[in-house]
Amino acid sequence: MGKIVAVTGNEACAQALKQINPDVCAAYPITPATDLMQRFSSYVNDGKVDTELVLVESEHSAMSACIGAAAAGGRVATATSSQGLALMWEMLHIAAGTRLPIVMPLVNRALSAPLNIHGDHSDGMGARDTGWIQIYSENAQEAYDNTFQAFRIAEHLDIRLPAMVCMDGFIVSHSIERVEYIDDADVKSFVGKFQAVNPLLDIDNPKSYGPLILTDLYHEYKRAQHEVMTKVPNIALEVAADFEKMTGRKYGLFEPYRLDDAEIAIVVMSSAAGTTKDIIDNYRDKGVKIGLLKPRLFRPFPYLEIANALKDVKAIAVLDRADSFGGYGPLFSEITGAVMSMDTKPAVTNKIFGLGGRDYLPDQAEKVIDELIKVAETGKVENIKEYIGVRE
Amino acid sequence: MSKKFWEELPQGSVVLEAGSSAEFKTGGWRSMRPKWIEENCIQCLFCWMYCPDMSVKVNAEGKREEFDFDFCKGCGICALECPGKKGNKAIVMEEEGK
Amino acid sequence: MTTKPLKLRELAKGEDRFTHGHRMCAGCGAPIVVKQVLMATDYPIIASNATGCLEVSSCIQQYTAWKIPWMHSAFENAAATISGIEAMYRSLVKQGKIEDKEVKFIAFGGDGGTYDIGFQSLSGAMERGHDMLYICYDNGAYMNTGIQRSSATPFGANTTTCPAGDVIPGKLQHRKDLTRIMAAHGIPYVAQASPANWRDMMKKVQKAFEIKGPKFMNVISPCNRGWRSKTNDAIALSKLAVETCYWPLFEIENGVTRVTVKPK
Repeated sequence: MGKIVAVTGNEACAQALKQINPDVCAAYPITPATDLMQRFSSYVNDGKVDTELVLVESEHSAMSACIGAAAAGGRVATATSSQGLALMWEMLHIAAGTRLPIVMPLVNRALSAPLNIHGDHSDGMGARDTGWIQIYSENAQEAYDNTFQAFRIAEHLDIRLPAMVCMDGFIVSHSIERVEYIDDADVKSFVGKFQAVNPLLDIDNPKSYGPLILTDLYHEYKRAQHEVMTKVPNIALEVAADFEKMTGRKYGLFEPYRLDDAEIAIVVMSSAAGTTKDIIDNYRDKGVKIGLLKPRLFRPFPYLEIANALKDVKAIAVLDRADSFGGYGPLFSEITGAVMSMDTKPAVTNKIFGLGGRDYLPDQAEKVIDELIKVAETGKVENIKEYIGVRE
Repeated sequence: MSKKFWEELPQGSVVLEAGSSAEFKTGGWRSMRPKWIEENCIQCLFCWMYCPDMSVKVNAEGKREEFDFDFCKGCGICALECPGKKGNKAIVMEEEGK
Repeated sequence: MTTKPLKLRELAKGEDRFTHGHRMCAGCGAPIVVKQVLMATDYPIIASNATGCLEVSSCIQQYTAWKIPWMHSAFENAAATISGIEAMYRSLVKQGKIEDKEVKFIAFGGDGGTYDIGFQSLSGAMERGHDMLYICYDNGAYMNTGIQRSSATPFGANTTTCPAGDVIPGKLQHRKDLTRIMAAHGIPYVAQASPANWRDMMKKVQKAFEIKGPKFMNVISPCNRGWRSKTNDAIALSKLAVETCYWPLFEIENGVTRVTVKPK
């Protein structure tokens, strides 16, 4: 068993990157991810890693340098948040379309305006369609564990796609929690040696990266890119099985919590799942058959698997820590997409919560559950989408 | 099972064959055609150095030979820059197809 | 590595590292610049390329004109992209994962990708001290999108976004003096060059490759579509630009400026 420590999510992720020892990291500071790469910088300057750290002048250049470095042929990582991710947006698509396995902890934070530095998922959800694998973590332990697994999935020869490991800004990134570290030797054998595919540095076999592809082939390239994404869930499960062998900690495409005999369910990602589980326990004690489903892999989204896990529930409340103004929350859209494939069509509601780091408190969960009980009884949803925890 | 067309595409659209544009002939773009008049050629190789289309063939001795009409786009830089011999150009432009 | 002699007969026996079949317009200056740069040395070269005419015409589908490892990723980031490639090279050499083959790193960008949208990325890469040579082929406007003004467009010029109109006669602003701005970064080598003065340009490239650290060269590159000139005058015009002192040929080595070609 590895060492047990009390660390923040950022610290745990920085430790994971140290243990992985990437060949190149290019990064630009942004709250709340700053602290992660800042810690990593001292590993570089203390000679604890072999990484070349490129301290660029913007996140756009951070991702551009990562793309260059990954195409050159080595293991690459960076980290960012919010506006930083937004500035990278163009390059995120290019990293994925070029099939470069860059790994990036994303410390989820609200997007401006108004300016806010606290945790919500609007950054990650904005990058939903970039072609990156997205893995969401509930706590520091998961963020740490997911970082290793992300490298394995991203670098898998059948995949070669970039991956984000998401954790909630401040709530996880800056809270000290109990984390069990993995021994360096185990990390080394778990992550394995980087295998370069078509490296630019192979100067005797020159390749050209980034051609112009017009109407006669672009569509086919995108079709191929989608196909690769569909292979991710199986690989993620294989990697999770290996990880469980090493650590005893079990990961799936999502985490079901007391869902087996549940009649109603809450779907929520990341740190809010922890609070929700507590409240669910209270309702279970009162005899309410309620469970929770916490998506871990958001891209690709495991529609059928989630539909199967929710097939016996009558009503679902989907809690989104991001909004699509004039539309439903992004997680709600995915869950209703999953529901489409079910014979039983449960009633689904959408609650927008916790934007800009607004606390998600037990009473909010209780209100959602009380309403959900009624929805299950009547089969009627009055307001599909509603803000909770909002001052009125 | 045979692979679908899109399954055969190179990963990440990387071009694996260096210099493969040599398979794409641009000579068809030409409306004007350079004519090499060997007796006026002093082998200065300015035409070779200034050709934007790498369409002046040079032999193993480093001497120019005929144009590569598979690629020459007929821009005429070679003809303009040609110093010729005693005021007589070694390259002149002629209308293509005449 | 010994510096290659710049004799045309000898150079012509060498193999092109940028080959025919590219789809730049007839008479474009940029491919002449690229071939001269790549021909100046026998060092292995890896290049990045900003989105623009050169990039979009030199690598289309399975057809690439490049015989060196080459990467295009976006418009504003040729410098950041090559800095990542160079960092990976240093990392892998340092760790003994690959052999040091004295690889040289180049970024190519047009004036749009260099003076304007890529300026921050360029400035950052130069400040960080990557071992790279940035080559701007300056044709004085956004030619790839159809001749729109850039900060390299000269005063009074008529472009599609600063057309000579009834009220406003063309571009009202002067050019940004990018070469001097790059020199102000305090980098070891900055130069201006012209493809008409091929030996001068290739000497500068050779010199740049013998210097460790960031280098910048600004090269005039006539565009007959944008300049509304003839397809045959790219060299004549780049010669004229030097002779009229519109495009002086000089180098700034460790802060010392030297004019390399004095017009008559």
